[in-house]
Order: sequence, then C-alpha cells, then structure tokens
Amino acid sequence: MEKRSAGFYWLAALFAAFVLFLYGPMITIVVLSFQGPQGGLTFPMNGVSLHWFSRLWEGLGVVDIWAAFRRSLKLGSIVMVLTVVLSLLAGLAYRKRFFGSNLLFYVVVASLIVPSIVVSLGIGLEFRLFDDAIKTLTDTFGWSFLEGYTTAMGLYTSGLGAQLTWTLPFGLLICFAIFNRFDRRYEEAARDLGATPWQTFAHVVLPIIAPSIVGVGLFGFTLSWDEVARSSQAIGDVNTLPLELTGLTTTVTNPEIYALGTLTTGVSFIVIFTALGLMALLRKRAAKVVPG
Amino acid sequence: MTVLAQDKVLPAKAEAKSASAKQPLFSRALPAWAQALPLALVFLVFFIVPLALTVMVSFWDYTEYSLVPAFTLRSYVEMFDGCYDKLPDLCVTLKTYLSTLKFCVSVWLISLGVGFFIAYFLAFHVRTTTMQVALFLVCTVPFWTSNVIRTISWIPLLGRNGLLNTTLVKAGIINTPIEWLIFSDFSVIVALVHLYTLFMIVPIFNSMMRIDRALIEAARDSGASGWQTIWNVVIPLSKPGIVIGSIFVITIVMGDFVTVGVMGGQQIASVGKVINTQMGALQFPPAAANSVILLVAVLAIIAALTKLVDIRKEL
Repeated sequence: MEKRSAGFYWLAALFAAFVLFLYGPMITIVVLSFQGPQGGLTFPMNGVSLHWFSRLWEGLGVVDIWAAFRRSLKLGSIVMVLTVVLSLLAGLAYRKRFFGSNLLFYVVVASLIVPSIVVSLGIGLEFRLFDDAIKTLTDTFGWSFLEGYTTAMGLYTSGLGAQLTWTLPFGLLICFAIFNRFDRRYEEAARDLGATPWQTFAHVVLPIIAPSIVGVGLFGFTLSWDEVARSSQAIGDVNTLPLELTGLTTTVTNPEIYALGTLTTGVSFIVIFTALGLMALLRKRAAKVVPG
Repeated sequence: MTVLAQDKVLPAKAEAKSASAKQPLFSRALPAWAQALPLALVFLVFFIVPLALTVMVSFWDYTEYSLVPAFTLRSYVEMFDGCYDKLPDLCVTLKTYLSTLKFCVSVWLISLGVGFFIAYFLAFHVRTTTMQVALFLVCTVPFWTSNVIRTISWIPLLGRNGLLNTTLVKAGIINTPIEWLIFSDFSVIVALVHLYTLFMIVPIFNSMMRIDRALIEAARDSGASGWQTIWNVVIPLSKPGIVIGSIFVITIVMGDFVTVGVMGGQQIASVGKVINTQMGALQFPPAAANSVILLVAVLAIIAALTKLVDIRKEL
C-alpha cells in the first residue's frame, strides 16, 4: 500500500468535522430531551429523567400530537406504497419507448426543482377552485346530494398528491439507476425458457431488484414522514406531525419539543435501519441464488 | 422416434397453454404507456394543473373575502409598487428577493466547497468499497430524518445561553454572549448548509466515481501537483455532479420558508415566507403572482446552469 499523503489527513479531518457538524446538533437534542423536570431548553442538564417524555405521552395541551403521529404514519405508509408501485411501473415503461416519454421525464425533473412552496400553493388553489365550482354547481342546480359538501381538500387527496410530487421523482430516478445496471440477459434467459412476461417479472426481475426497491420505499416513507413545505398549503384542516412540530417551535418553551424531536428521529432511524437491514438480507439471499 | 419426440413435446405445449390460461391477465406485457400512465396522471393533477392555475390566478382580482375571475395586472403592479420611483432605495419586494438571493449564494458557495471536498475524500482517498459505502451512509442518514428537528437542534447550541456562548464566556474569550449567533443571517445560513450539503455530496460523488482512475495517475506521472490534478482533471470531470447539486441547493434555498422562519426568529424575510404569509391571509392572487416571479427567477438560474451539462446523460 502506498503511503498516505498529507492531503489525506487534512481531508480526513474535514470529514470528521463535517460528521460532527451533521450529528452534533442532533445528539444535543436527544441528550436534552432527557433533561430533568427542572431543566430548561439549554445546557446544563438539570438531572436526568424521562419527565418530558411522560409529559409528551399525556399530549401537548391543545394539539393532539398522537393523532398527528398516527396520521403521519398512515400517510407515510400510503405514500411509500404508491411511490414504490408507481415509480417501478414507470421505470419499467422507460425501458421501452413510449409516446411522450421525454416530456414526462422533464415534468418529473421539473417537479423536483420547482420550489415546494409554489407547488403547494398551486395544489391549494386547485382544490379551492374545485370546491368553489362544486358549490356553484350545487347552488345552481339544487343538487341535494351535495348539500353538506365542504371541501375536497384533505390528507388523502391534496395532501397525498402534494407529497407524491416530491417522492415520485426520487423514486423514478432511483428506478432509472436500477434498470441501467440491470443485466437484461437474465430476462432473455427466462423468456427463452418459456416464461410469460408476468412470470419473468415476478420470478426473475423482481427478486434481483428487490433490495433497491426497498430503497425506493425508504425514500417514499421518510420523505413523507418529514415533509413540510409541499404539504403546508395543501393539507386541509388536520396537520401531519412535522407540520404540528413546525407550529410548536414557536409556542413550546420547554424540553417537550426535544422529546418529540427524539421520538420522530427515533421513528426515522427505525425505518432507515429496518430498510438497510432488509436490503442487506435480500442482497445476501440473491447472492446465494445467483452465485458470482 | 418421431412419435416419442412428439409425445415429449406435446405435454410441454399443453402445460404452457394451461399456464397462460391460468393467468390471462398477465399473459401479455402491459404496453409501456399504460405502465407510465399512473405516474403521469399524478403529475398532471398535482403538478401541471396546479402550476397552470397559479399562473391564471395571478392575473385575477380579489377582495377581502373572495377571488374575482378577471384579467388584471393588479397583483404584479402591487408587488413592484414603488420599486422604480424609490430608486436607489429598494422596495420591499426587491429587498426580499435580495435577501433570499444572499442566502442562496452563501449557502451555495459553502455547500459546494464543503461538498466537493467531502465527495473528493470519499471517492479518491477512501480505499475500500466497504469503507466508502459505510462513510457515505454516515453522511446520508441525517437526510432521512426531520428537517424541522435538525433545524431547531441548533438552538441549544447557538442560543444566547447556548453551549457555544456559555463555553466562550467561561473560557474568558468573550465577556457577554454573542447575540448574532441565533435568529440572524448567520444561523439561517448554518442551518441551511447543515440541511442541504448532502444534496451537493451525492451527485458530485456519483460523478467522481465515474472518473477513470488512470487519468489521475496520468496527471501525476506527467508531473501535476495534487492541486493541479484537482483543478485540471477532477473538477472538469465532476462538472455534471457539481451542476446537479447546485441546482438542487439553489432551488431549495430560493423557496425555503421553514428554515428561514425558525432560524431567523420569524424576523427575516424570504420569498417563500412572503408567499406563505399571503396564503395564510387568503390573498391568493398576490401569492400566486409572487410564486410566478419566484418560479421565473429559479428557472432562469437553472437555465444558466444547465447550459453547462446534459442532465439526462448523467443518470
């Protein structure tokens, strides 16, 4: 092995500093969430306790934090499934030619780089105009079945759509990367052996790409779980956990907010490591089935 | 023999038939357009139409309570009201844009500098793939956690009675806590760099991993110093990654309102915050007009950057 240059040590120091910069604040939050009952928002620690977690467990006064927690989990799971299915399907489509494929690609990339607040505002407007139109129609034609209609805006309509415009581009780009690296000979072999397209997909393609697909799911869930900007104007009456959290940053003045931060980060970490573990497991299995 | 062979072939055929009969739904591949359709529909309903409506509403009139369909430049005129007359003083809109642009440029330069060298370290100095993957994961894990939490986590560090200030006071370096550490331009920039440098690292690292290592050796054999190799070989070949990362960071910072809000103590203006506030006040046409201008500004920056690289080739 070659001797390390001086540059290596400088860069290694920079890297270490960067990692500290990345994790330092997060660790601070976690440590401070175990602050004693008399402790405040900053150091020093005034004893160690689970006081703020138990306060959190009882709820945060006006805000029903656990309802928001459950909503976010549910929405995140739906976003995850849709992101995996839709981007995998589209990824398959891009291996062939189809009308408008270039246009669709540019739209997807555009969705990634148009500022989130603009997308969010657009969706909010769309649903408001839709509601207005429905109400006008109801009034004009006297449709009784729509009398109680208030709004189409909600967690699983506008909110879901807003989050998908953020998760799907990541999903599709990952699928591009997956299929760029995919060896088509496996598929051809399956076809030569008489497998139908569905059999080829289910028994050959899917097992090979499964680890990466877990990655798509990871992006889908975590991006939704933490999403604020795109949901902000498009979520309707009820808030997701990160939106509640954003509101709480200005009102809560005790370590409860750190406890909540530790909790959501914990959920993120569980999801990340489950996904990474699952990916490693699937890779290992694939390596056993296809030696070399 | 022929009979025997036929015997062998026939059952196979029959089996294939029954297999396809069992799965009539999937016996044929879906056409490509049908596979892409669900995704395309999502973007039509939740991206294309909303953007079109935003442009439309930006030309509408409004009252305190309602939207009035019309074609008026009112929102745009009000937005730039006095911008010309007051020169050389800046009007509110220009000031907001300038402030946003200032964050944008600072965060871009810092994240590019840091991101480039982190990626360079990972790509060229870390020797085993396992170590590369491990260190890369270490950098990416925070990306999957909450941005809001990562933002507020700076408060106990930078606050007036935060860790940094108390340490400095105790060490006798300063007498009174530094006020500008928190709820200032400084804290906004720190938080944004903290959140988004990863968007630089990933594409640059990706570009660097494609650089033929023989080129680096050739540069060294020809007598290039470390810096000359970086400047003349690595940077030009990492350009696609640099451009993609830059686009990401610039567009995110241009539209940001959460980080500027929290770290600016709700006192610092940004275009995203203006839009957010106007939406909160149900002033939709002005919010839409602001969005249109923001979008144009962002697209102009991207157009300038993409002149440098073809994104599609890089995937």
